[in-house]
Amino acid sequence: MVTNITNFGRSGLADWLIQRVTAVIMLAYTLFLLGFFLMNGDLDFVTWKLLFQGTAMRIFSLLALLSIAAHAWIGLWTVATDYIKPTGLRVAFHLVVILALFAYVVWGVQVLWGA
Amino acid sequence: MLQVSVYRYNPETDKKPYMQDFEIDTKGKDIMVLDVLHLVKEKDNGMSYRRSCREGVCGSDGLNMNGKNGLACITPVSEVVKNNKLIIRPLPGLPVIRDLVVDMTLFYKQYERIKPFLINDTPEPAIERLQSPEEREKLDGLYECILCACCSTACPSFWWNPDKFVGPSGLLQAYRFLIDSRDTATKERLAELDDPFSVFRCHGIMNCVAVCPKGLNPTRAIGNIRSMLLNNAT
Ligand code: SF4
Ligand code: SF4
Ligand code: FES
Repeated sequence: MVTNITNFGRSGLADWLIQRVTAVIMLAYTLFLLGFFLMNGDLDFVTWKLLFQGTAMRIFSLLALLSIAAHAWIGLWTVATDYIKPTGLRVAFHLVVILALFAYVVWGVQVLWGA
Repeated sequence: MLQVSVYRYNPETDKKPYMQDFEIDTKGKDIMVLDVLHLVKEKDNGMSYRRSCREGVCGSDGLNMNGKNGLACITPVSEVVKNNKLIIRPLPGLPVIRDLVVDMTLFYKQYERIKPFLINDTPEPAIERLQSPEEREKLDGLYECILCACCSTACPSFWWNPDKFVGPSGLLQAYRFLIDSRDTATKERLAELDDPFSVFRCHGIMNCVAVCPKGLNPTRAIGNIRSMLLNNAT
């Protein structure tokens, strides 16, 4: 067993599964938005605003946002452990990624519930 | 005349590795790359490489020939040579001891880690532990591995993390013992592999499958280990 404390889930298996599930959620969200754009060719701000006023849409959006964060964490963690060999530099990179993702999530919540 | 370019490095005398060119007369025959190396050695006795069985059984002459890993003894020149040029390098990613001879310690360490032997704590039967033909069949495509390291040294994930990622060869053997009906340590074996590196650093690039001289499929074995981990944990 190789020990690790900076990866996202509790194990390699958890990371792997989360990576797959979040990918499916992001795909579903993208397809949904694409479908919405196709059905509303002449999209105006009122329709757009109405869409995001529903609780279901907000939950779906937050889910997609959290999925992006988790997916990016695991993905960039993997890239960093492949290519950045000096420990200090690698940990710094993990930190920057995690802080950025955290900021995105908080910002996203603000956007979703702020309107 | 075949143009042969060989990787040379003698740490005692050379500051840096270099490529040395030879003109080799194959007498118009489609000989094996290992035969070419013998002819090179006739010209330069100091050129070092490993070999033993010369028939694809011992696994000691894994080399990189025109960019592709394989066993020199069973690779005909016609299979790899392009434009009459043959470039021979040591297996990529492992430290070079001299010329084409690499230090396989990391590779063997990963093999050792997966406990490549039967573990069974039930009382020993009088004669032997029996297997049904179906149970025995599950070991096909796994037990044939000759540990030549062609696969692991073609795997980018093994290049970047040879100390943490078990690699295709070791994982093929890990699976060989995981599905052996006579082995009782399945849970303990799986627990050893559950971290983000040992198994999960495999990204399914399938370089390993492309180079295995025995035609084995480590990627499939890795997929099976993943399923076993999943079944075990959910
Ligand atoms: S399939 Fe996995 S083990 Fe095989 S070469 Fe690719 S990353 Fe390595
Ligand atoms: S799986 Fe194939 S390439 Fe890899 S060590 Fe075994 S025989 Fe060699
Ligand atoms: S010399 Fe034994 S496998 Fe090639």
